[in-house]
Amino acid sequence: MSLGSCQSHGNDKGEQILPYKCCNGGMYQVIAGIISPVNDKYGKKDLVAARHRVAMARLALQTSDWIRVDPWESEQVQWLETVKVLRHHHRELLRSLPQKEGLDRGKAHPAAPTAVPELKLLCGADVLKTFQTPNLWKDAHIQEIVEKFGLVCVGRAGHDAERYILGLPILQKYQHNIHLAREPVQNEISATYIRRALSQGQSVKYLLPDAVIAYIKDHNLYTKDSSWKDNNT
Amino acid sequence: MENSEKTELVLLACGSFNPITNMHLRLFELAKDYMNGTVIKGIISPVGDAYKKKGLISAHHRVFMAQLATKNSEWVEVDTWESLQKEWVETAKVLRHHQEKLEASSCGNEQGSPVLERPGRKRKWAEQRQDFSQKKSLEPKTKGVPKVKLLCGADLLESFGVPNLWKSEDITQIVRDYGLICITRAGNDAQKFIYESDVLWKYQNNIHLVNEWITNDISSTKIRQALRRGQSIRYLVPDLVQEYIEKHDLYTSESEERNVGVILAPLQRNMAEANS
Repeated sequence: MSLGSCQSHGNDKGEQILPYKCCNGGMYQVIAGIISPVNDKYGKKDLVAARHRVAMARLALQTSDWIRVDPWESEQVQWLETVKVLRHHHRELLRSLPQKEGLDRGKAHPAAPTAVPELKLLCGADVLKTFQTPNLWKDAHIQEIVEKFGLVCVGRAGHDAERYILGLPILQKYQHNIHLAREPVQNEISATYIRRALSQGQSVKYLLPDAVIAYIKDHNLYTKDSSWKDNNT
Repeated sequence: MENSEKTELVLLACGSFNPITNMHLRLFELAKDYMNGTVIKGIISPVGDAYKKKGLISAHHRVFMAQLATKNSEWVEVDTWESLQKEWVETAKVLRHHQEKLEASSCGNEQGSPVLERPGRKRKWAEQRQDFSQKKSLEPKTKGVPKVKLLCGADLLESFGVPNLWKSEDITQIVRDYGLICITRAGNDAQKFIYESDVLWKYQNNIHLVNEWITNDISSTKIRQALRRGQSIRYLVPDLVQEYIEKHDLYTSESEERNVGVILAPLQRNMAEANS
């Protein structure tokens, strides 16, 4: 399966990528990871320009052989609901499959019963909670996400993913399609913390890849007075 | 006290570094920010094999990984002195070794270019010292010799309470003559621990508690466990370290069994001395 991650990605922090490899229920084999930074029109506070967020994600993933950034969502004219992004990437996934029957013979693994990869939404438990927020998600979209695609949800301190699932009937109904990835090592690097540290001139070395730190410095992002400036360029 | 008279600090971190993780590296960054411009160098001193901790792999690997991890650091470096000693060395002695080294190079060298482990870094540190001494050209001895401080997590602080692990005179020496910079996420527990110890309480001004707001659970123990279970440790340790571990298959169920049944060196030594 392919894991798509739709997040605002204020800046790319190492631990976001960690959980991809945790999901190994035995039935699935993860073949690719996609990071899809949100469109600027999302309007979240402190969101720097998409071109920066995409560039930083690219730098962070330079050394990854299976996760990539996809700027499609950020390049759209307006903000897109997550389900639309999932639909897009799923279409792309289907389009990229070999036209002939069966899998590529070059692959080491034997052909699976279903050759079509599945696309799942990767998120933290905090996102799961937001399904409860009134008017944030359309009900039909939540249903499509959990029914047609599926979730891989990584634990986060202070969030009880299982409780969130039980708290929403639609999630409960499709809980077989919601995989809770146990994070063996808790590492709570939030982008909010990173931005605050940067604005106070504190070091974020070893929290972000060096290449991303250099980029932030070169483009003067996340300084005390840059947040409004950058959104206006 | 004016800025110009602040003592320069060198942060020394002792430990197994089995393996070194991003959390260890973060300790240095947090401490440097907290001490506000006075820190000039960081030293990682991996413990020698004679420590006999369970699961402790060979020092040369641990040293090499720490060197890989600090390759891109301008101020943190690895020191092998402790790891090369045949017998286990008490932390107080390691602190003393490094303090004496700083004093020796400070006295014998007006240009201020001490012998460093890594020739590549030598120039940068010397340049820094020259900058400082140029600024202070009118006042020859304003800054004095840099002081070594022990950098640690709360676990080390609280390990002072483990019977026979530390000599009480060593604890006194460490907090009185050197000082601690302790990175902790549970500030209250650390403060309580200091409060409940007479010697720590006495020298509390020499114990700096620095808050780590990120819940960072990247312990070497968990890293080794993840590796045994075939789980990814990417982004928890520097890439070069992860590659090195993978290439040499360093941490396995076998490696975790090393020193099983062997008494930890400090316990052995302190109990023997108590009985002698």
